[in-house]
Amino acid sequence: MKLCDLEVGTQAKILAVNGQGALRDRLLDMGLTPRTKIMIRKTAPMGDPIQLSLRNYELTLRLDDARNIDVEQVEVI
Amino acid sequence: MNIALAGNQNCGKTTLFNQLTGSNQHVGNFPGVTVDKKEGVVRGRKGMTVVDLPGIYSLSPYSSEEIVTRDYLIREHPDAIINIVDAGNIERNLYLSLQLLNLDIPMVIALNMMDEVRANGGTIKTVEMSKALGVPVVPISASSNEGIGELIEKIQYVASRRIKPVHVDFCGGAVHRTIHSITHLIEDHAQAIGAAPKFAATKLAEGDTLMLESLHVSENEAETIEHTIVEMEAETGTDRKAAIADMRYAFIEKLSHATVVKPAESRQHKQSVAIDRILTGKYTAIPVFLLIMALVFWLTFGVIGSFLSDLMGTGVEFVTQTVTNALLSSGANPVIISLVSDGILAGVGSVLSFLPTIITLFLFLSLLEDSGYMARVAFVMDKLLRKIGLSGKSFVPMLIGFGCSVPAIMSTRTLTSERDRRMTIFLVPFMSCSAKLPIYAMFTMAFFPKHSALVMIILYITGMALGILTGLILNKTAYKGHPVPFVMELPNYRLPSPKTVVLLLWDKTKDFLQRAFTLIFVASLVIWFLNTFGPGLNTVTNSDDSMLAGIGKVIAPVFAPLGFGDWRASTALITGLAAKEAVISTLAVLTGSGSAGLVTTLSEIFTPLSAFSFLIFTLLYTPCVAAIGAYRNEMKSTRAAVVMVFFQIAVAWVAAFIVYQVGLLIIH
Repeated sequence: MKLCDLEVGTQAKILAVNGQGALRDRLLDMGLTPRTKIMIRKTAPMGDPIQLSLRNYELTLRLDDARNIDVEQVEVI
Repeated sequence: MNIALAGNQNCGKTTLFNQLTGSNQHVGNFPGVTVDKKEGVVRGRKGMTVVDLPGIYSLSPYSSEEIVTRDYLIREHPDAIINIVDAGNIERNLYLSLQLLNLDIPMVIALNMMDEVRANGGTIKTVEMSKALGVPVVPISASSNEGIGELIEKIQYVASRRIKPVHVDFCGGAVHRTIHSITHLIEDHAQAIGAAPKFAATKLAEGDTLMLESLHVSENEAETIEHTIVEMEAETGTDRKAAIADMRYAFIEKLSHATVVKPAESRQHKQSVAIDRILTGKYTAIPVFLLIMALVFWLTFGVIGSFLSDLMGTGVEFVTQTVTNALLSSGANPVIISLVSDGILAGVGSVLSFLPTIITLFLFLSLLEDSGYMARVAFVMDKLLRKIGLSGKSFVPMLIGFGCSVPAIMSTRTLTSERDRRMTIFLVPFMSCSAKLPIYAMFTMAFFPKHSALVMIILYITGMALGILTGLILNKTAYKGHPVPFVMELPNYRLPSPKTVVLLLWDKTKDFLQRAFTLIFVASLVIWFLNTFGPGLNTVTNSDDSMLAGIGKVIAPVFAPLGFGDWRASTALITGLAAKEAVISTLAVLTGSGSAGLVTTLSEIFTPLSAFSFLIFTLLYTPCVAAIGAYRNEMKSTRAAVVMVFFQIAVAWVAAFIVYQVGLLIIH
């Protein structure tokens, strides 16, 4: 499952960050490493970019870039 | 002793810098780039200077600002590093710290915003953290000036004794073995180029080809290194870059688990999320944004700014009067009197009267920026701006452009990508600035009294439309290239400290004054000279005979195809280069009508169609000298400024030509 396919409010665990170059480096540096738990906070009013919550902070990235991130949805009990 | 201050963005770095140095700071430039280099002497410690480096998240840089920080740390060999870390956002902040530790430079970690952590009922075991990281960790709160004294003591201690961070292994297993064996292999090479071996080795393990080249390793060694890394990839089941990032974050998670006590979610974070429900909410974001901007503009240009500007104007007028009277009574040569009062005082004075408006605008903008709202604007507007190849971060400068191009151009410094910055600066003048408003008002009153609002709206929209068009073209031609990834932190909302705001405003004021007394000073002199003397360097009594009018007459034919070949129109456009307001005052002087009678006399020079064509030209042609100066300053290139000037004149000419000629066809 891709990060861009997650609905607002869902929690997920990162499996892998694909892609290459500066963008991928940036994503890894910002803490989007495998096994990191994230939550989709919201999408911008025009539908893109999206806002994530991870590691106790808020991060925004574009849907196009979120396509590079494989995730696994976490069941919320 | 040279101390580098490094840390993530939004971790209170500037606040700490201000606490460390007070007003004892000056702005210079990093060689070769447009990034400001803020330096200052630490209070009470002569000989201890601290450099405020642009915020970075990692030593693999992305933007020009981040490259500056990395290069400074690696090449300039500071005596010590103060690594400021946001205690409330410790995981991501420590990621940079781990990389800084590899540099083998004496270092102290300043755990900032500890007051907030404590208020939320949390603590951080700094002694344990210090042991685990191998460097002193000092809890501070920059905004309330807590712990700064201890921080200075500690940094002085490690710097003067050259106490390097104790080597700590951040990991075990395959990654550790890889870095260890690469370090061993390249130690000599690294030392030969003055790089820290562990830093170089970690870079190699990440797959940094630039580092590999600069180390000059033999082919054999390169192969061994590659082999080691491939083994690491096989063992960790991921690629090199991810393996290293994962290793760092795994270490940090373990460390923060052991040292950070966090009973509840941070109140500041919760608050921010709640505020964002409105400020970036699906239906509320854009209306609230428009409301905030309208408020800022109304306060700046309508209330505070205009009040202060009037005050300043009165002051300037008073000085002009006093000086002129003094000169008159001393029996000075009339040319000298004219030089001082009509040239210098009038020119510099008219620009000075903008100062309060600009400072007020900057006050609001810095409040919006430092509070964290600008990041939200970028988030909300990103999709719109992406269509012309920019990111949401360019939205704000363009918006300011409707007020005044000068602060708009200056505010592009916050953009992270040099390409985005240049392109944004290029597009700012398309947003019709407020100084052009009096021209529009006068002309619509004279020619389109029933449709004045409509004409103004058409002008503003034409400017924006051509800006978008230029953006689209630039995106495909001159500024093609690599858009920087839009991966941005949305920091918690925070009230900026008054001290930071005051220092920033003081900075801007100095900047502006410097320009007013150099560039604008000279420009005013030139225009005065051309307006006062005739071609034979004789003083003229009637500006009809001045050199300025002469030049106006020479270039007037250029504007004939646009419908305003009258020399008075072209002369007004020339003086408009000094300040757009001068277009109206020049026309008033040259038609001999005074501003009150101008509405009627304008019809002697213009037809409604040529008046509209003139407005289009005014809208688009080169902004005032102050804006050109700002442009030159920011681009660090006179050539770029000259290109810009001619580009804008060309665009304005073509647009006005089309308007006039098509208009003629329609009328006939």
